[in-house]
Amino acid sequence: MLAFRFAPRGISHTPITRRSFATSATKEVKDVKEVKEVPTAAAGNKKKDKFTIGKDGKIKVEFGVNPYKSYKMDAPAPVATTSKEELLKFFRDMTLWRRVEIAADNLYKAKHVRGFLHLYNGQEAIVAGYEAALTKDDHVITAYRDHANFMGRGGSPFEVISELIGKAGGCSAGKGGSMHFYKRDANFHGGNGIVGAQVPIGAGVAFALKYQQKPNVCIAMYGDGAANQGQNYEAFNMAALWKLPVIFVCENNKYGMGTSAERSSANTEYYTRGDAVPGIKIDAMNVLSVKAGFEYAKQHALTKGPLIVEAETYRYMGHSMSDPGLAYRTRDEVAAIKADRDPIDKVKFYLLENKLSTEEELKEIEKEIKKEVDEAQKKAMEGDWPEIKELYNNVYTEKGYYVRHTNLEDSVVVE
Amino acid sequence: MENNKVRWLKMKWEQIYWEEQPKKMNLFTAINDAMDIALTTNPKAVLFGEDVAFGGVFRCATGLREKHGSSRVFNTPLCEQGIAGFAIGMAAQGATPIAEIQFADYIFPAFDQIVNEAAKYRYRSGNEFNVAGLTFRAPYGAVGHGGHYHSQSPEAYFCHTPGLKVVVPRSPVQAKGLLLASIRDPNPVIFLEPKWLYRSSIEQVPVEDYEIELGKAEVIKNGEDVTIVGWGAQLLVLEQAITMAEEKLGITCELIDLKTLLPLDIDTIIKSVKKTGKLLISHEAPKTGGLAGEIAAQIQEKAFLHLEAPIARVCGYDTPFPLIFERFYFPDALKNFEAIQKLVEYDFSK
Repeated sequence: MLAFRFAPRGISHTPITRRSFATSATKEVKDVKEVKEVPTAAAGNKKKDKFTIGKDGKIKVEFGVNPYKSYKMDAPAPVATTSKEELLKFFRDMTLWRRVEIAADNLYKAKHVRGFLHLYNGQEAIVAGYEAALTKDDHVITAYRDHANFMGRGGSPFEVISELIGKAGGCSAGKGGSMHFYKRDANFHGGNGIVGAQVPIGAGVAFALKYQQKPNVCIAMYGDGAANQGQNYEAFNMAALWKLPVIFVCENNKYGMGTSAERSSANTEYYTRGDAVPGIKIDAMNVLSVKAGFEYAKQHALTKGPLIVEAETYRYMGHSMSDPGLAYRTRDEVAAIKADRDPIDKVKFYLLENKLSTEEELKEIEKEIKKEVDEAQKKAMEGDWPEIKELYNNVYTEKGYYVRHTNLEDSVVVE
Repeated sequence: MENNKVRWLKMKWEQIYWEEQPKKMNLFTAINDAMDIALTTNPKAVLFGEDVAFGGVFRCATGLREKHGSSRVFNTPLCEQGIAGFAIGMAAQGATPIAEIQFADYIFPAFDQIVNEAAKYRYRSGNEFNVAGLTFRAPYGAVGHGGHYHSQSPEAYFCHTPGLKVVVPRSPVQAKGLLLASIRDPNPVIFLEPKWLYRSSIEQVPVEDYEIELGKAEVIKNGEDVTIVGWGAQLLVLEQAITMAEEKLGITCELIDLKTLLPLDIDTIIKSVKKTGKLLISHEAPKTGGLAGEIAAQIQEKAFLHLEAPIARVCGYDTPFPLIFERFYFPDALKNFEAIQKLVEYDFSK
């Protein structure tokens, strides 16, 4: 076989090209529209979030600055409820997912993971938040940046890493790879490579839930780039027409691969693009804002009909491993958001500020997680490859169908 | 369209006298050069697609926006059906749009527009309207780790649609000439570029404006014993198989590059099969419904009595393009060598 390699880090530009299309080096973060509108609760000169800790351990959080906006519906109240255990769980889960993404990054660079890898660093709060608001009887479908969604639904780091490497222990038996994680028993429908394809599918899942009279919703997630796909609008129309219990989530991380939202969309207020489908906008760098937003959205979807939730977030890494993520934005922009609005640091701040935990306890958790991920990685690397018959297995359900090889003698009948 | 600077490649290109020194280029540079020439010579030509403004994910459009302006080279949002429909509308008004689909795997939302609108435009309007200037470009084919949605070869779906032309180059020299011919051809053309070869295929490419004729296959290697047909990146695999076969079986093989898949140049293949009596066709796309079946059917119709063995088709399995199993799925040089061996050793007296 010829030795060829599709270079994973293919994109680099002459300085002239970079200056023409990306934010220039002198442009600062405050010029980016979306960041300006949504407040940062961690900065000292903004109104702080007020924590009221009840005697029974229940915590009520009043957001210092309202993180919600709405379109054709009432916005949720800027209040969230949580508890110490929940905040620790958020911290633990998000740190775990961040660690797994870092491990996947290293594995890709070491060429153990091939294909395409899209990392979720920076966006973990969305998954942590909606998992707290929903149950495993609610359904989730998303696009290809799905590692955290899978783990949020109950997947383990071992299954994630095995699937990335392509071992049989992976969640899709090694046949899907990074973009196709599924979990049937947790109602996670993946994992879709074609941009926008998952949105009408999500509407269909919601229709089935309504038909089966289940008190559950389906979350159909897509990005700011996918918001311009035609099939989304077909799905919005059907959902509004038939009052489907679907929550359309637009994860607006400001860039559709290399194209900023302003350059691709005539209307960048993605929560308003549903027309007959109302929408809310949440600050998805703050996990409590996400949790309260989704609790409200689930109630709305079950009683009043579909809605769009625009989760305003940011990704630190490039679109995928072949994109360094710097041709269209500056390092300063990424660093500023990391310093100011990182979701994991936000939860840490909440825990420490309100004396719910100590530095040592959190460091312990981080150490445990690193150990857990390292062990999962080791175990995954030692796992078995899928059997060769998996190549032609599960194309259809019937057994005895004929898969044609290059010649008649080697063609196989599937048993 | 004016093409008084074009030199038609009627003979092997080495024999033509080029005024300027040819330049070493790889596939994406050659395609970039072709589009540059197209945009320079035709003021109605425009290039658009996802992320082409900074040069495109495969750098085929590098520098074009700076040179020709942002109103002629621009990004579209993420909407293939929109891109296709938009391109068809522009072409119907006489423009020469070059619409880039980022990966051939993403061409399916645009399938309706291409098959139902572009292919039938001239026919259904009784030649009142046409989309002559329309060209779609898409990278296709296996790349070693592309998986389900970055490796597909959709040529068979489009070869099944009268009204379209489907063109696949094998190297930088061919790509530049074929792309210029496709852009200037007064019919809608789907130009599929083998993404595996974007960087790795390097040749001395003439810097002038030249075209290579569409609708004509080329015999790139002469032989007496077996005819082998392929296109695009698969030809490199076939060359390896031929080297093995010639060494070990003591035969000579004739290799044909189809170049244009639709309309199919069956006469070149018939001429070759009448000489050799044995035919092998190889492509990456799944076997059932693949183009090899069409070629085999036409050959057995027209050269039945010249065949000395059943026609061999070495193609991908009838499964979705796998990720981890790509090495097993791919019709590689060994599979092709075995097929050649079977052809040569076939004893029709048994």
